Amino acid sequence: MKNKYSVFSLIKNALSQHENWQQAWGNPEPKKEYEAIIVGGGGHGLATAYYLAKKHNLKNIAVLEKGWIGGGNTGRNTTIIRSNYLWDASAGLYDHALKLWENLSQELNYNVMFSQRGVMNLAHNLQDVRDLKRRTHANRLNGIDAVWLNTEEVKKFCPIINTSPDIRYPVLGGTLQRRAGTARHDAVAWGYARGASEMGVDIIQNCEVKGIKRNGDRVEGLETTKGFIKTNKIGVVAAGHSSVIANMAGLKLPLESKPLQALVSEPVKPIIDTVVMSNAVHAYVSQSDKGELVIGAGTDSYVSYTQRGSHNIVEETLKAILELYPIFSRMKMLRQWGGIVDICPDASPIISKTNIKGLYFNCGWGTGGFKATPGSGDLFAHTIANDEPHKLNAAFNLNRFVSGDLVDEHGAAAVAH
Amino acid sequence: MFLINCPFCGERDQSEFSSGGEAHIVRPKQPTELSDDEWAEYLFMRKNIKGIQFERWNHVHGCRKWFNVVRDTSNDKILSVYKMGEKPPVNYK
Repeated sequence: MKNKYSVFSLIKNALSQHENWQQAWGNPEPKKEYEAIIVGGGGHGLATAYYLAKKHNLKNIAVLEKGWIGGGNTGRNTTIIRSNYLWDASAGLYDHALKLWENLSQELNYNVMFSQRGVMNLAHNLQDVRDLKRRTHANRLNGIDAVWLNTEEVKKFCPIINTSPDIRYPVLGGTLQRRAGTARHDAVAWGYARGASEMGVDIIQNCEVKGIKRNGDRVEGLETTKGFIKTNKIGVVAAGHSSVIANMAGLKLPLESKPLQALVSEPVKPIIDTVVMSNAVHAYVSQSDKGELVIGAGTDSYVSYTQRGSHNIVEETLKAILELYPIFSRMKMLRQWGGIVDICPDASPIISKTNIKGLYFNCGWGTGGFKATPGSGDLFAHTIANDEPHKLNAAFNLNRFVSGDLVDEHGAAAVAH
Repeated sequence: MFLINCPFCGERDQSEFSSGGEAHIVRPKQPTELSDDEWAEYLFMRKNIKGIQFERWNHVHGCRKWFNVVRDTSNDKILSVYKMGEKPPVNYK
């Protein structure tokens, strides 16, 4: 790397008042033609470009972003990373990502602050207990670390949880994945952008795609707010707006886009050193390095692109948080926001070719895409470069909605919807 | 978050309602004749429009009746409400 970050570069730049740091990625105007174009400059899109350049030797590529990089769902999620999914296909996909996370700061020479603080999923009724125990066994068979904790062990692992048996949704136990945790979401986008840019990828911000030019059954280029750009490979990673882009190519996707909300509290001293999720009551919480409680809520039930979300959803989530953690009762919330998530009927993603040659989609990550960022980018890059899926994303094709071979993680895994 | 003007009960908070998704998806008349592609289209594929969408809602915590709504999904503004079986308003595309 030309400008490798290290303790020495830090000292050197400190001596010059930090005024001489070089720009981490370029700000080029689009060329007339690219070998491949990625639509969407979030974590997944930038990771795709990074791995296309790094592993598949495609250098003449661009990432188009209608806003600024990492300004969509990459900067709006609650940063939870885990791989304890029920089905083999999902376990393979998400654990591939988790393994890449474990080495990502070194790979990118950029501190993504990946912290394996563990993720605990709570069970509140007999069915939860059965489902989560089943998932624990399934995880172990797939080589993914998972343990079942009884109520006392839950209390020991996270002492601030209210384990009293007389609350509305008593804690009957939980599962723990110790390798799971959190990362700094902006750093992931910035790290991939810097790495990709260094290998010659053009990252073009404030450039919105307005149309897809087709010639029969193949793509020829993109109409954008910065003019027409020629290419015969387009990888769309547009999250909540995937259907909008698909529509430009005359394609319909099995997606519904809905607002998903999160909120953070005022910063306080360290109080919770892990991530605790609860499906039944729709609440999950962790603490950021700044000390804010990071709280995730559920999605709204209706299609919307407003990036707001409804107040009643937040209210329900905070009710659940207060019952589980009475110690938070006087905390003040600082910010609340929404992101638009594209949800598949089976709550699994699509990383797939389409019936239009040269058009690829990576979408449908729904409420849990952040955790998969490195794996998603790696596998999507493979799919675009070889025009064939990798064996880890073969099950996540678009055709599964026709064949019926769904990867039904809705309610099957520890997925908070 | 918005108010919905239920055609039977009047204006109520959205949290009283349940969204039924895209409207005017007709159940196949001859299900046994359908190909896999046609089933996928009926069951899973959605327009998921950013802009003016025709959709179904149920006043689940009220009269429990279904009806149709025309809503702009880019700003959640409701443009029209009409009963089940009624023709959709023609002034929206």
